[in-house]
Amino acid sequence: MITGPRIKTLTIDDKPVGAREDETILTIARENGIRIPTLCHLEGLTPIGGCRLCLVEVKGIARPVAACVTSVQEGMEVTTDSPRLTQYRRMVLELLFSERNHVCSVCVSNGGCDLQDLAQEFGLTHLTVPYQYPRHKVDASHPWFTLDHNRCILCTRCVRVCDEIEGAHTWDLFGRGMQARVITDLNQPWGSSQTCTGCGKCVHVCPTGALSEKGKSVREMRKSREFLPYLRLMRQGRQV
Amino acid sequence: MITLEDLTEIAAKEQETRSAADHHVHVCVAASCLSLKSDLVKESLEKEVKQNGLAGKVAVKGVGCMGLCMAGPLVTVGDGVLYQNVTPEDGIDIVKGLAEGARPISRLEGDSKAPFFTKQVKVVLENCGKIDPERVEDYIAADGYRALLETLENKTPVDVCHEIQKSGLRGRGGGGYPTGLKWSTVLKSTGARKYVICNADEGDPGAFMDRSLLESDPHRVIEGMAIGAYAVGASHGYLYVRAEYPLAVKRLKAAIKQAERLGLLGTNIHGTPFSFTVDVRLGAGAFVCGEETALIASIEGGRGTPRPRPPYPAEEGLWGYPTLINNVETFANIAPILRNGGAWFASLGTAKSKGTKVFALAGRVRNTGLIEVPMGMPLREIIEDIGGGVPDGRTFKAVQTGGPSGGCIPAPLLDMPVDYESLAQAGSMMGSGGMIVMDDSSCMPDVAKFFMEFCRTESCGKCTPCRVGTVHMHQILQKICSGRATEADLALLLDLCDVVKNTSLCGLGQTSPNPVLSTLRYFKDEYTRHVIDKKCGASVCKIRKDEEVHG
Ligand SMILES: Cc1cc2nc3c(=O)[nH]c(=O)nc-3n(C[C@H](O)[C@H](O)[C@H](O)COP(=O)(O)O)c2cc1C
Ligand code: SF4
Repeated sequence: MITGPRIKTLTIDDKPVGAREDETILTIARENGIRIPTLCHLEGLTPIGGCRLCLVEVKGIARPVAACVTSVQEGMEVTTDSPRLTQYRRMVLELLFSERNHVCSVCVSNGGCDLQDLAQEFGLTHLTVPYQYPRHKVDASHPWFTLDHNRCILCTRCVRVCDEIEGAHTWDLFGRGMQARVITDLNQPWGSSQTCTGCGKCVHVCPTGALSEKGKSVREMRKSREFLPYLRLMRQGRQV
Repeated sequence: MITLEDLTEIAAKEQETRSAADHHVHVCVAASCLSLKSDLVKESLEKEVKQNGLAGKVAVKGVGCMGLCMAGPLVTVGDGVLYQNVTPEDGIDIVKGLAEGARPISRLEGDSKAPFFTKQVKVVLENCGKIDPERVEDYIAADGYRALLETLENKTPVDVCHEIQKSGLRGRGGGGYPTGLKWSTVLKSTGARKYVICNADEGDPGAFMDRSLLESDPHRVIEGMAIGAYAVGASHGYLYVRAEYPLAVKRLKAAIKQAERLGLLGTNIHGTPFSFTVDVRLGAGAFVCGEETALIASIEGGRGTPRPRPPYPAEEGLWGYPTLINNVETFANIAPILRNGGAWFASLGTAKSKGTKVFALAGRVRNTGLIEVPMGMPLREIIEDIGGGVPDGRTFKAVQTGGPSGGCIPAPLLDMPVDYESLAQAGSMMGSGGMIVMDDSSCMPDVAKFFMEFCRTESCGKCTPCRVGTVHMHQILQKICSGRATEADLALLLDLCDVVKNTSLCGLGQTSPNPVLSTLRYFKDEYTRHVIDKKCGASVCKIRKDEEVHG
């Protein structure tokens, strides 16, 4: 009698792999050394399928699916790399770069940015879509941290880590479409937040220079995320 | 406990009061006529009846939508006489005419035998314009709640799902998913609880089918939900209505109270173990909250953004429990199907699209309003016969269906039948039932621009392609419409359509390029005229002079 999750077999890029039925394509691909680019995903946080970089093709499904939120199925045939996927991923990156003001040369996270890394990986030297140059503010009211909306890609990693790991739920989203932006508390300055514990988890999960520590200059902000798998393991340990 | 005999008794009593009167005057009190002060018309009629000593002889009743909204306020007398554009002052003449032996007032009379009325087939709207939406007794007199009680008495949940499957009914919220299949999936799903949700968010610009239905015949939707709840094993339901529909909300809440009072909602309905209660939830008017997973998030009190599917709500819906979610019109079809049998319903319509469809006919046609036609009726019949054709000597150019997710169908395809497959094949979709007719005064790139602007502002912002892609697409369309676009822009527009269509998370983004793609498919020449010749054939777009010189 099987009580736990069942085991499924599938192929990823023609490689036969095994997986528990509650695992995602992304988890299994990584386990097997197959790289799928991601941006909003972060191991340890609930995946949302928002950025659309981890799109993969599944035989029999017309539209590509997001690997981070798609569970494996028996006999699935997954392709993680194709000219079409590369084109889509490039365009998604272009859209992100065009949306706000990502000026790497003056950014604290220059050289340590997930978005910049992906641009380099995809050889993105220029954009085919026009820059939007929106006017965005910087919130430097917090004693230790800075929020620069110009660098935000709305991945909501900060929202999720604050809610799911720190348990403070200081962050949330406000507005919709391209007007959407992250806010602290009920859209008050971060520095006046009643809920923020100052733990800095949001800063370190942020993929770009949108959230940074004060006192860091250009190229000086480096994010360390080791705490996430650690905290996650501790939690699992407690649950067993 | 309410029984079928009780229903018969209520109906008989209604019939009795009705037959006491010689004349029945119905005044439309749905939103469109109300906005033209039909409530004052009703008041004036009632006053005149009293003053002329006709109380009891002439019965004045507020009823739901009669369909021909453009000619409102509408009043009918008996079965055959239809009065249009009635003012409160006309009440004097109308009642005087009745006092003098049913003399019709010719100056107000509309043609109730016109194709607009005779070509329609009413299933969903059968009670609209006939019953008082604020009185449950009137609904019961029209066979209301009979299907629910008979189902509870004679059918198992599996039987109900089979009957719906046999009817071939497909979801009227846009996707056209087989309703019976959805119901059996929810029935099969296991959960400590299950929920039923009626999607009345209706956000397509220009669509008002669900609104009219809720304002005109709220009990029918509630009965459909109750039967659905019984079929899937749910005991609680939510009606998610947009807050911009206050009248619908008011009538629904009143209807729920009345049904509860009679024991048609509540615990152990009809003395069976089946219990069902319904709550109304208001949406704040975001188009994306009509998407089922966003709607569920909104009911849960969260931000109304979609989540990836699967898991579908049938498996994991509200609060994580199996949830049946259907559109207003879908639920409105349930009671008649169970009353008359699935086979009867399947005899209406085409091979794959059964029954009827309600459309909100709008734009450049003589008769605008709410219509119901059998599936498969050619577009031409809808527009030329029911709609009365394009007015003012203009020529027909295209008809837009499916709202911001749909497309434009050009004149050469007018003989196409209206069903899910044909519309999809033509690059449009059934959608929820908006139908906008356009004549040669419309510019197609401008139309595409309008819908793209809608998607751009309604995008929730969760996924990149839709959030940013719609902004770029809208900007290119603006460039095209102002004569500043190049062929490279047009190529980029196509690339963006491809990306947004294939990589967006939910239906909003995935279908947002449809208006562009369908107008490009049938009206490519209009785009090239704007881009190459810097001219707008319909003189809608303001082409910049200086650019024109360069072009
Ligand atoms: C952006 C978007 C908006 C939608 N709006 C509505 C709506 O206003 N009303 C509706 O019934 N369905 C709407 N839908 C479809 C629902 O997600 C869902 O498919 C439907 O309510 C299912 O009911 P049905 O099977 O009876 O059609 C929308 C879908 C999308 C993607
Ligand atoms: S497609 Fe648009 S509306 Fe749908 S989730 Fe993405 S951003 Fe939100």
